[in-house]
Parts: sequence; C-alpha cells; structure tokens
Amino acid sequence: MTVASESSIALETRGLTKDFGGFRANSDVSIAVRRGSRHALIGPNGAGKTTFVNLLTGVLSATAGSVLLGGEDVTRASPQARVRKGMARTFQINQLFADLTPLETVALAVSERLGTGAQWWRRLGTRSEVVDEAAELLTRMRLGDVMTRRTAQLPYGKQRLLEMAAALACRPQVLLLDEPAAGVPEDERHEILDMVEALPAEVTVVLIEHDMELVFSFADRISVLVQGALFTEGTVDEIARDPRVRTVYLGEEVVHA
Amino acid sequence: MSDASTLNGAAAPSGTPSGTPASTAPRDFLIGKSRWKPAEFAFWAVAVGALFALPDRHLLLNEIAILGLFTLSLDLILGFAGIVSLGHAAFLGIGAYAAGLLTKHGVSEPLTGLLAAGALAGAVGFLSSFLILRGTDLTRLMVTLGVALIFHELANRLDWITGGADGLLGVAPGPIAGLFEFDIFGTTAYAYSLAVLFVLFLLARRIVHSPFGLSLRALKDNRLRAGSLGIASARRIVAVYTLAAVYAGIAGALLTQTTQFVSLEILDFARSADALLVLVIGGTGYLYGGLVGAVAFTLLKDGLSAITPAYWLFWMGLFLVVLVLVGRDRMVERVRGLLARAVGRRA
Repeated sequence: MTVASESSIALETRGLTKDFGGFRANSDVSIAVRRGSRHALIGPNGAGKTTFVNLLTGVLSATAGSVLLGGEDVTRASPQARVRKGMARTFQINQLFADLTPLETVALAVSERLGTGAQWWRRLGTRSEVVDEAAELLTRMRLGDVMTRRTAQLPYGKQRLLEMAAALACRPQVLLLDEPAAGVPEDERHEILDMVEALPAEVTVVLIEHDMELVFSFADRISVLVQGALFTEGTVDEIARDPRVRTVYLGEEVVHA
Repeated sequence: MSDASTLNGAAAPSGTPSGTPASTAPRDFLIGKSRWKPAEFAFWAVAVGALFALPDRHLLLNEIAILGLFTLSLDLILGFAGIVSLGHAAFLGIGAYAAGLLTKHGVSEPLTGLLAAGALAGAVGFLSSFLILRGTDLTRLMVTLGVALIFHELANRLDWITGGADGLLGVAPGPIAGLFEFDIFGTTAYAYSLAVLFVLFLLARRIVHSPFGLSLRALKDNRLRAGSLGIASARRIVAVYTLAAVYAGIAGALLTQTTQFVSLEILDFARSADALLVLVIGGTGYLYGGLVGAVAFTLLKDGLSAITPAYWLFWMGLFLVVLVLVGRDRMVERVRGLLARAVGRRA
C-alpha cells in the first residue's frame, strides 16, 4: 500500500454517526476511499450499511461527523447538490420512474447534468447531444432494445441495469452501488455482474454488498461494518484471511465462496 | 443464456448491433410524444365549430371553456406534478376580484385585466407554494384548503372593497383590445374564452413535453430518485404551482369579464371540489382531462338540473360513484387496447 495523499482520496468520512431516537445505527465510522478504487462495504444484515449510504448521499443527515467528497466537506449539502458535485448512487430496492421509459429516465439525468433540465420551452428530444448520449449509454448497458418501453414492464434484471444506467448518466466521480444484484434471478445475474465489472476505470466505486462472492471478485479494498461501527478494514486478502470476519458472518448466513 | 438470445433477437430488426445508424429512433420516439394527434385536431375543431353551430348555447359554452381552463390549471399540478389541492379556487377568486376591481376602477380593457389578474394570482401562488413543499398529500390538502378559507373570509370581511356577501356588481368591461364588444348572447364571450384557453393550452402542452415537464413527471413518480439524479425538486414545484395559479387567476378574470360580476361564491370550497370532480371525470395527466371533464360535467349539470332542478346533485353524486367504482381508466384502457390491436393488425 502506498501512502495516500489528500488529493487522491475521492470520498472520506470522519466519525460519521447516526442516531434514530435511542438507537445508534452508525457509530463513529471513518473510512477513506482512494480515487479509482473499488471499495466494498460489507457487513451482516442490520450492520448499518444502508444508513451509511443514506448519510453519504444526504438522504439522511448525520448526528455527528462529516462527509468529504474530493476533499470538500459536503456534510450539510442536499442530496441533489452532492450529485452535482460528483456522487451518484443506485438503490438496493429499485427506485425508478415506473411510468417513464428508460430513455426518458436517462435523458432526464443527462439534461439535469448539462443544466438544461429546467428548460420549459424546448420539445423533449430536440437536443441531440442529450438523446444521443442517453441512447448510447443505454445501448452500452444492454438496455438498447427496451429503451422505449415503460420501466414498470421491464424484467427485474433490466430494471437493475437501469438503476446503474441512471446513476452513470450523472457522470459521477464516485458511484455508490447498493447491492446491485439484489433479488436478480440467477439467469439474469451474469448480465449485472458483467456491467459492474465494465464500469469505467476512472470512476471510484463503493460497493455495498453482503454477497461475498461478488465482493471478493470485484473489490480491491474492503471495510467491514458490524453493529453500525467499522469492524475492520483491509485488502481483499487480508479480509478473506481474517478469522474474525468469518465469525461475524457465521450464524448470520452461509458464506458464498 | 436465454436472456442473451432474446437480446440479440430483439436487436436484430432495428439495424446493426452497434447501434450507430439507428440513433435517430430514440429521438423520433421522444419527439413523437409531443406530436399532434388526430383526436386533438378534432377536439379543437369541434370547439371552434360550436361557435357557429350552436349560436344559442354560447353562454353555456363560455362557462365550459372557463371551467376547462380552471381544471387544466389544476391538472398541471395534480396530473403532472402530483400535488393535490383542495383550495385551488383561491386563485380563481383572486383573479376574479382583481379583474373586477380593475374594471371598476377605470382599467376596463379585458386583456389588460387578464394579465393583471394572472400576475396577482401568480404572486399569491408563488408565496403559498412554499407551504406545500414538504409534507404528505394529507398536509397539502389541509394547507391548500386553509389558504382558500383565508381568502374566502378576507373577501367576505373586506366588503368595502369586494362587496362582501353581496358580490362585486356592475363590472362593465370595455371592448377586447378596443375592438370586440361583449354581447348579451355570449358570442364574444365564448370566442374570447376559447381563444384564451387555446393559447394557454398550447403553452401548457409545450411545457409538459419539455425537459421541465419530464422532470415534473419524474418528481411525481419518485421524488427520492429524482433527487438522486440531481433534480432540485423544490424549485420545480414552486414553478409549476405558480404557473397553475396564473392559469387559475386568468380563468377567474375571464369569468368576471364575461359574466360582469363577481360573487363571493367563487371562493367557495365547492369550486375547488368541482375542479377535482371534473378531473376525476376527465382523467389527469394528459392535458385534455380537464377540458373533456368540463364538457361532461357542465352538460351533466345542465341536463340534470333541467330534468330535476331540486335533485340534480343526487344524480351527479350517483354518476360519480359509479364512474369511480367502474373505473374510467379501465374503460379507457379497454378502448385503447382495441384501437392498438386494430392499428397493429394493419401495420
């Protein structure tokens, strides 16, 4: 491991804490994600992974601690401001626009990024740079053949791909993937995993996952959350060999390996 | 495996697999959504035709056009942005009183009155939009209802300005743009209201088919995801709520100018509720719901009250219950399905 300089950190949390009433869902979590890395965040069910993501993206506000994006403190920034500063996410449970088509969904994200999303005088589809980029991204994400169908009618695996496409349309520097393959039937799974593998190298990816097979094949660094706190952190090999991590998972679920 | 084969199979007809020459298809799809459909031309042709074909029904037609505009304005927030309101009559009333007072105090040119009424209603809409940014549908219903009650009571109490419960009488607008005098048959009134409705409809149509309109539909569908794509939802909601208030204010001004008085009843809860009923009849989110609904609602009301003057509300209520239980959407879907199959067979 080389010593990381300040500017090579894409995303950092310092003492991030979240209380729900008397329950502490996240406790003093400090992690640093290097630019361009594939950083996995794992932990058993109820470890506070989703709370952590919601703190990162600003859906929840932190009780204490801070979030730094590219060195800039964004702890008080709104979710949409964080998107504009380069952080995008997918959701563990699909959060899509059921009544829109994938083409509209991605075109929406692209025009928002280009700052033309509030134009009320233009007809949709008349900006070729928006449509072309949306169509190109959807084709690359293997959604080319369904881009004009209603999202609610798409197979689940396709909807998971659209989750990723919508986030990528924001051209993020940091992409948070919240269990990208969750709930996907076995025969559609490979498509999701291929797309996760094929993510642009310059994008820093934070993968929230408890599927160990996916984590070990994809990540270069792993943070383990247990009961809301950072349990340990290390390279894939270090975590794989750590007997304490196995103990945490045993009894929780069978480790896919 | 099976997935990959369907993928290739479906991609094949649209051209080369790489997709470069096929890139006009997505554009055509998006632009096609805002293309004028034959039924739309027919609708407006009938509306204009009625001006000549039904010379003795112009007063009723004028009423329909104004109700249509008012409901269109509610559809903009309810059908496209998903904001429920039980107090939309506040803006109708503000526009009506603004136009009436302006006329009484010397500015009698109707178009000027429309603009002033729209601007004032829009300003109130802008300010009150901040009250509906947060909260659930229920809180929005209560807040909009409360705002409307406040304006109703203000109009009632400020009787030295508004005439209070007696209403604002003796509003005598001049000729439109100095050219067209209002007549007792309502011919000028209907032509005027229809023209204003059409212009504002065109604007609304452009807006809902714009990137802004798409972002409203996205907000309505899933606000969490919209935020996570970088959309600042609050601003969009303020904008569309203000726009809807302007539309409602103009509808109110049209009503004042074409009926030549303002009644306190314009701020009644029943007005807001009627607009919702009209949208229930006509359907939300496709712009014509308010217009079609206004035609149906007004004709139904007119017909029923002619047959049973005392009990028309009973039959109206019964009709609404049946309509909602049977489901207009289901009926429309069935018709649409049949049409699509017929078109598909031909293609």
